[in-house]
Amino acid sequence: MSIFSSEVFLAVLGIALVLVSVFFPKIPTRTLAWIGIAGVLASLACLLGASAAETSLPAFVAPYYSLDSHSLFYKGFALVITALVLWLITESEKTLVNYSLDGQIGELVGLPLIVCTGMMWIASARDLITVFTALELVTVSFYVLVAYTRKSALSLEAGVKYLILGAAATGVLVYGIAWIYGATGSLTFEGISASLRDPSTGKGTLLFGIVLLLAGLGFKVAAAPFHMWVPDVYQGAPAPVTAFLSVGSKASGFIILTRLVDSLVISSTLVSVEVINLLLISAAITMILGSLPAIFQTSVKRLLAYSSISHAGFLLLALACRGSTRFDLAAGDVVAFYLGTYLPMTVLAFFVLCVARRHGRGDSLEDLRGLARSSPLLALLMTVAMASLAGLPLTVGFLGKMMVLMAGVDRGYWGVVGCAVLSAAAGFYYYFRVILTLYSGDNSQTSEPIQLSLLSRVIAILLAAAVIITGIYPRPLQRAISGAPAAALTTQR
Amino acid sequence: MSPLEIVIFLPIAAALAIWLGAPARPTSLFAALVNLVIIAGIAFRFDGSSLGVGEFAHVSSRIVLDNPAISFAVGIDGMSLILALLTAIVTLAAVWQIVADKSAPFHIASLLISAGAMGAFLSTDLFFIYAFHELALIPTFLMIALHGHGDPANRRAVAWKTTIYLGVGSLVLLAGLAALVLNFSEGPVISFDLTSLLQQTSSVPAATQEWIYFTLLIGFGTLVSLFPFHSWAAPAYATAPTSVAMLHAGVLKKFGLYGLLRIAQPLLPLGAQAEWVQNALLIMLLGNILVMGLVTLHQSRLDDMLANSSVMHMGYIFLGLAAGTELALKGAVMLMFAHGASIALSFALCGRMRNQVGTLEFSKLGGLATNAPLLTVLFGFAAFASIGLPGLANFAGEIMIFAGTFDPKLLSPEKLSSLQWTTILALWGVVISAVYMLRAYRKLFFGTANSGHYLRDPGFSQRVPLVLLAAVLLVVGCCPSVLLGLIQSAWAAAKVASL
Repeated sequence: MSIFSSEVFLAVLGIALVLVSVFFPKIPTRTLAWIGIAGVLASLACLLGASAAETSLPAFVAPYYSLDSHSLFYKGFALVITALVLWLITESEKTLVNYSLDGQIGELVGLPLIVCTGMMWIASARDLITVFTALELVTVSFYVLVAYTRKSALSLEAGVKYLILGAAATGVLVYGIAWIYGATGSLTFEGISASLRDPSTGKGTLLFGIVLLLAGLGFKVAAAPFHMWVPDVYQGAPAPVTAFLSVGSKASGFIILTRLVDSLVISSTLVSVEVINLLLISAAITMILGSLPAIFQTSVKRLLAYSSISHAGFLLLALACRGSTRFDLAAGDVVAFYLGTYLPMTVLAFFVLCVARRHGRGDSLEDLRGLARSSPLLALLMTVAMASLAGLPLTVGFLGKMMVLMAGVDRGYWGVVGCAVLSAAAGFYYYFRVILTLYSGDNSQTSEPIQLSLLSRVIAILLAAAVIITGIYPRPLQRAISGAPAAALTTQR
Repeated sequence: MSPLEIVIFLPIAAALAIWLGAPARPTSLFAALVNLVIIAGIAFRFDGSSLGVGEFAHVSSRIVLDNPAISFAVGIDGMSLILALLTAIVTLAAVWQIVADKSAPFHIASLLISAGAMGAFLSTDLFFIYAFHELALIPTFLMIALHGHGDPANRRAVAWKTTIYLGVGSLVLLAGLAALVLNFSEGPVISFDLTSLLQQTSSVPAATQEWIYFTLLIGFGTLVSLFPFHSWAAPAYATAPTSVAMLHAGVLKKFGLYGLLRIAQPLLPLGAQAEWVQNALLIMLLGNILVMGLVTLHQSRLDDMLANSSVMHMGYIFLGLAAGTELALKGAVMLMFAHGASIALSFALCGRMRNQVGTLEFSKLGGLATNAPLLTVLFGFAAFASIGLPGLANFAGEIMIFAGTFDPKLLSPEKLSSLQWTTILALWGVVISAVYMLRAYRKLFFGTANSGHYLRDPGFSQRVPLVLLAAVLLVVGCCPSVLLGLIQSAWAAAKVASL
């Protein structure tokens, strides 16, 4: 099975799962979810077995579709997060059924696979129209997913907010694409990049288009000043969907931004200064507006929403360190590396929230008080996730932050690096506050022990191990990004 | 596999085992004992004379990232060996003296702090030197906030203050280390490896060296409670559970000084010698010795007094650093070891008294010596060591530092330099220490006994950690060459004494 056909397969599987859940409601959702996970893992296996050199693409997609080390990494990323989100859905099945309208959550299992197809396609897109259609496949599916638990007012509110603002952002995005096409006469990344070297290209027109495009994409990745929707939507959406939104949607936005910045900045200097400055300004505001409000949050989901905003700021800073950095990872690779570090720790945090929810605890910080006595394992997992999100050394979160900061220092972006340090310092407070809450609480409170199934325990411990082991031994992650095939990892040095 | 890797990971493995349900006390005692045996074995067979500039013994290196080149590299030389020995001794004493009912969290926290300190002292890669130090942050935070002394609101406030101070201090440190690594790496490969950085010949311009050194001084200084970044330390040590206070004040705080001696001083010699950096350091360390000395003088509780005195004594070690002569730097390492052992002993005794007597107010106590002759003698050891009485380890370190600042190479015939004036002022700190320590000793142990407060000598088992620390102070004090022999050989050729 080639990579391309595995994407088609996932879309078909997603539709099939939705149909099966409609016509055969007796089949338990859990079974469907595990079928979905199996499909995703099969695709992942075929991705790991393939290499970028594989060129067996059908002729009709070749103009719109390409494979390089980045697209392979982001495809793998999409597959991993989809499998984990499906697992989170099985973990919080009880909650989801309670809050869904008819007690059926079949679509919730099928739609992530379609989102996954969209994210994989985005990673390979060569032109803005393909980007747009694939991105809409992702976004429209998310409209459904966010509002899925319709008995909850918060979820409904989140759905409406996401729908209206998302549609507006889509409009801005299309408008920007149109202006860029008007200025450069091309829709492919290569064509845009080539036309920048043409002296007759109108700079003003092009910049207007770029600003619109960055605004539209800024919405998707939760970059300030387009981040207002994030806290409400993250809080209202079901926890597995929030995790998907926070990791998957962000990654899709950043692969597009990476390709865009590559084509706009590296090949010529026509608009590079303006684009870099836009990114730097947005990065600085995003870090500050993400981390300072996080200090005052009382809901862990909202806190993670602000944390997601502040992480987007670090990613934007990485993106602004254009060209190659002095170490092996180019700016786009640092972005991918950071996202790679962001995945396990975020999923881990949302896993704990899902399980706590299942056992009658809410998402507020107070609801997690004394979790360490109910379940020492859950408390430890959350501690690892929070330590990593805070960027404590020996966890993977530190490495991501360190790479970004070093790239920023290397480029001499002192102002933004200062904002990053401030944001990280604030992070010590709000992430540690969660840790303290887990372990405090007096003995008088009765807290029933939380039992986890063996499988979920194993997966969660693997995630925590990934956070720590990759934090100490990041080489495989770097190799995965720079495109070395998996087999080479073990043989070299 | 290098034995040093075992030393680093054994405490972590033991902590994990305790978390999984292994009996807390035997497991952690076993890990601490094995570590002490391994380190003592290494020290016994250590021959530093074969090591050249920036070379380490028992090295082992595993690449974890290609570029920036980071490897999990361990190695040992005289200085790190002495600090590893201190870590092993204090860890054993700290876990031995834990007597709490539900003792598992105390053992886990102590072991993690110990592993962090070991890792920081034994790594030879800047990344891991930095990273291991941070391992202690969460255990320290949780232990102060949840199991500290005093009322809950207060100990939480102290925990936050400590964590934010240490967190921001380490971010400043990280910025300094990143600048150092980026400036020192010529060409495409950015290396964090200390050995290759030490052996590098290309020079970085003086102005760059100065501000990187200053950034590192502030970053490391915050972790060592250098005045005016010291205000986290005294409340943290007074509030923390005894074992955490022993390990943090005794061992972990030495990390900042170790970092300055290991990284900043040899790599940035021009920065260390720059006049404005030197003067800033002298003013700050005088703040430690004199201002904090006077603050210590006015404490009315034993734990507050010990915590403040620990901040104060850091000033002397910084004085050794400021002098930068071989004698003064050796004295600084010596004093790091001695202070670690003496403050750990003080906090152990203080914790014992808190448990038995229930209060540490000087005004409410007196005549404790009647029923506790052994504790009286041991407290005498700790107090006299802290003052700097000859025959105990601290004296050796202090006299070397003071003499080192009057090195012939630093003396000019006409007038005394600012360094020597600082030494003259710093000597008054010894008088201040004598005043508060002797006053505390008299008030607590002699005079009329107050009703209701009794102190008894501990049983045989609980004497071991206290006697161990006192014996270390005595042996090293009477025979400093035991330790100096280790440093001498390593530093004879090192860049450190780069005058």
